[in-house]
Amino acid sequence: MMRPATTKPTPTVTTGGDILTLTPAGLYCPRGDFHVDPVRPVARALITHGHADHARAGHGAVLASRQTLDIMAIRYGEDFAGSTQVALPGERIRLGEVTVSFHPAGHVLGSMQVLIEAGGRRIAISGDYKRQADPTCAPFELIECDVFITEATFGLPVFRHPPVAGEIDKLLASHRLFDQRTHLVGAYSLGKAQRLIAELRARGYGRMIYLHGALVRLCAYYAEQGVGLGPLEPVGERARDLAGEIVLCPPGQLADRWARRFGDPVTAVASGWVRVRARARQRGAELPLVISDHADWDDLRKTIVETGAREIWVTHGAEEALVHWCGSQGLDARPLNLIGYGDEGDTTDAVEREAGTLAEIRADATAGTGSAT
Amino acid sequence: MHRFATLLDRLSFEPRRSAKLALLGDYFSRESDPARGYALAALTGNLRFRNAKPATLRALAAERVDAHLFALSYDFVGDLSETIALIWPHSEAAGSGRSPPLGEVVERLERAGRGEVPGLIAAWLDTLDETGRWALLKLVTGGLRVGASARLAKTAVANLGPLSPDDVEEVWHGLAPPYEALFAWATGKGERPETDDPVPFRPAMLAHPLEVRETGTLDAGDFAAEWKWDGIRVQAAAGRDRTGALRRRLYTRTGEDISAAFPDLVETLTFEAAIDGELLVVIDGLAQSFNTLQQRLNRKTVTAKMMRDHPATIRAYDLLALDGEDLRQRPFRERRRMLERFLVALDHPRIDLSPLVAADGWEALGKARSDPSAFHAGGDAAAIEGLMLKRWEAPYLPGRPKGQWFKWKRNPFRVDAVLMYAQRGHGKRSSYYSDYTFGVWRPREDGGEELVPVGKAYFGFTDEELLEIDRFVRNNTVNRFGPVREVRHEAQAGLVLEVAFEGLNRSGRHKSGLAMRFPRISRLRWDKPPVEADRIDTLLALIMDGATDGA
Ligand SMILES: [Zn+2]
Ligand SMILES: [Zn+2]
Repeated sequence: MMRPATTKPTPTVTTGGDILTLTPAGLYCPRGDFHVDPVRPVARALITHGHADHARAGHGAVLASRQTLDIMAIRYGEDFAGSTQVALPGERIRLGEVTVSFHPAGHVLGSMQVLIEAGGRRIAISGDYKRQADPTCAPFELIECDVFITEATFGLPVFRHPPVAGEIDKLLASHRLFDQRTHLVGAYSLGKAQRLIAELRARGYGRMIYLHGALVRLCAYYAEQGVGLGPLEPVGERARDLAGEIVLCPPGQLADRWARRFGDPVTAVASGWVRVRARARQRGAELPLVISDHADWDDLRKTIVETGAREIWVTHGAEEALVHWCGSQGLDARPLNLIGYGDEGDTTDAVEREAGTLAEIRADATAGTGSAT
Repeated sequence: MHRFATLLDRLSFEPRRSAKLALLGDYFSRESDPARGYALAALTGNLRFRNAKPATLRALAAERVDAHLFALSYDFVGDLSETIALIWPHSEAAGSGRSPPLGEVVERLERAGRGEVPGLIAAWLDTLDETGRWALLKLVTGGLRVGASARLAKTAVANLGPLSPDDVEEVWHGLAPPYEALFAWATGKGERPETDDPVPFRPAMLAHPLEVRETGTLDAGDFAAEWKWDGIRVQAAAGRDRTGALRRRLYTRTGEDISAAFPDLVETLTFEAAIDGELLVVIDGLAQSFNTLQQRLNRKTVTAKMMRDHPATIRAYDLLALDGEDLRQRPFRERRRMLERFLVALDHPRIDLSPLVAADGWEALGKARSDPSAFHAGGDAAAIEGLMLKRWEAPYLPGRPKGQWFKWKRNPFRVDAVLMYAQRGHGKRSSYYSDYTFGVWRPREDGGEELVPVGKAYFGFTDEELLEIDRFVRNNTVNRFGPVREVRHEAQAGLVLEVAFEGLNRSGRHKSGLAMRFPRISRLRWDKPPVEADRIDTLLALIMDGATDGA
């Protein structure tokens, strides 16, 4: 049928391939000698944003936005790389034979797309991005380019993210109806949690919002950066006394023993995946909130068209559908099948847990599996 | 439609009964007539219109969506209606506030001809958002399946005011959608609806399980003893309406009208009365096990062959109304006498009397319970699951009144099994490992022994025991498969569970070839090493002894 090939492309056959190739560590630019979001330690890395599947510790030199570097330091410690360099938005930086620049991606605080210019050709790497408004980060900036390397986390036509206000209202309606129960909301510690809080404030929720320990530092950082989040407090030792309050935690904690302290909470999950009911159930959502920091199907297509690119590389997510659609539009598209990414995906829970709640997992391991073989 | 869609969406994710009631109550009190009445009709399965077939919906989607993209999406989502609801292209009208009211959807579907249905659905899909489209497709394909029973919906209506669910049941079958009079009554804005239904459902009286220690405080002489039949509880009612026509209905104990499934029984209701009894399949004068009855219940349509091979009978044990008189306030002693006389006069082979068990005193009753054959149950023992004890002086009260009726089941079977896998529960229990798969030993080819799973149980333990098992599971996990943990189960290391169950069947679906009926954890045997748990031979012997369903 019309199924596109799913084998790994040979980089040399593409027009962009002499500027950017695929190595086991990820996307690599030989003429500039750097990787973009490599999944294993490399000499020089350009990092689009602070999510654990894009930003890893142990590189020699890291070039990223101020906020991404700060976030990496918060998560991995100050010595997360040999050296670091700040890339200002729009600033053109010469690396070997190419010029690179960073442009807001609208995904989380500090998230950027990377533009590589060489020999009159422009290759843009989207990183993760969204077009929906987000009060906690700079809006997506469209880059006109020849080759567009796009994520496709929600690259299926069933994913159309609704306006956020309606989802927040769902949470607030439940909070009104079940006013004696804790509303425990699972949200990723970087980006989703802060956006959820900011959107709650925008809908008029002024009360204290309580945080799982893994969210505290990043929320404080957002506040430092001038993102208004209102009154926040760590859950700490509190438990049943938070009946009727809104509490945020990483999604992995919803089914953990930690969640038991609240008695019989309403369990909400904020994610693009919960649009699909089976996925929502899998995640234990009793109140699914369809809020995503990724472009949905409509925005993926719109962005591809608007960049003017004739060649599209589709990275992590549902590559097949988007490649198929590009083909139907006469665009040259190929899947990259990058291994190791999966923002908000099934692997991310584990990766994000690693970054955000390592101490907790350690505690869990010593307390819980003492007698296991 | 929007509010109804939101309600269905919330109900479908909500595991708690009390929260479902709150959601329903919130909806019924905010929504106006007739929408809330149609919602009630949808939830109770009382909407009658031409349903859309999956093929119709598929065709609608195919006109609008690339086939390959649809296939990839369907593959990911796994549910046809949901895929269509999500993938349906946005139109200008969506979210414009022009989404159709529920009342309009229902009324137009009721009037629509076959050819009109697809066009109507497509036009509505264009105006709704994702949740709205999902709810619409659930509605038009029939069967909401959002985990809210008819009884729960009626309870939510009753809770709008001072009514009880049984108050609603009593008038229910005389009412029709959109139930304006019912809502008016429930909210204190109207009188109890007058119905001229000659055969209303009369809410059933239910029994408590008898605890052995209660036999010390109760006087056996105060109770009539009957067999507890392993069929389905029914209420058979017939009466004349204002035109003099005979109306007949067969209800389940929850008030569901199942007349259509048993035309052979309904035609025998040639009286004006309401009988409470058990529906059984009786072949050659012998009551059959529930298994046999199930073969008939599982069929969607009733064929002549099915009625001939599995003839349904009512074994009557109470008389609730006779010739227009409500008998429920009379003591059981009187009702029983009237029932006996009524059945003699009726003289129909398909409606017979559930006999009293001639056993005096607790000791004799205990013997009758465990060995019905010794107390003249004869060949009917296959359909007996214990005793019913009914207070001679008790009126017929709806619900489960204290101290009036008791069920005393035959001793359940027990086996010591070893915990093998545990899975997290749902709702309140979602952070606990509360669903357990257990196994017994069987010989291995090399002469050793291995555990083979024989069943699953998720109740029977106390809250404290749940905590203990949960801790054990977390501390002894050897493998994880998604939400399931495999726990240590070796000869000298593991947890032995005493499992009680009601019967045993051979089953091709289980690795052990056995399926337990109604298994539950009755005790934690921390004192026993797994090697001392039962062997599969013990279970196989039970099958030989007739521990099969209902026997
Ligand atoms: Zn990301
Ligand atoms: Zn990502």
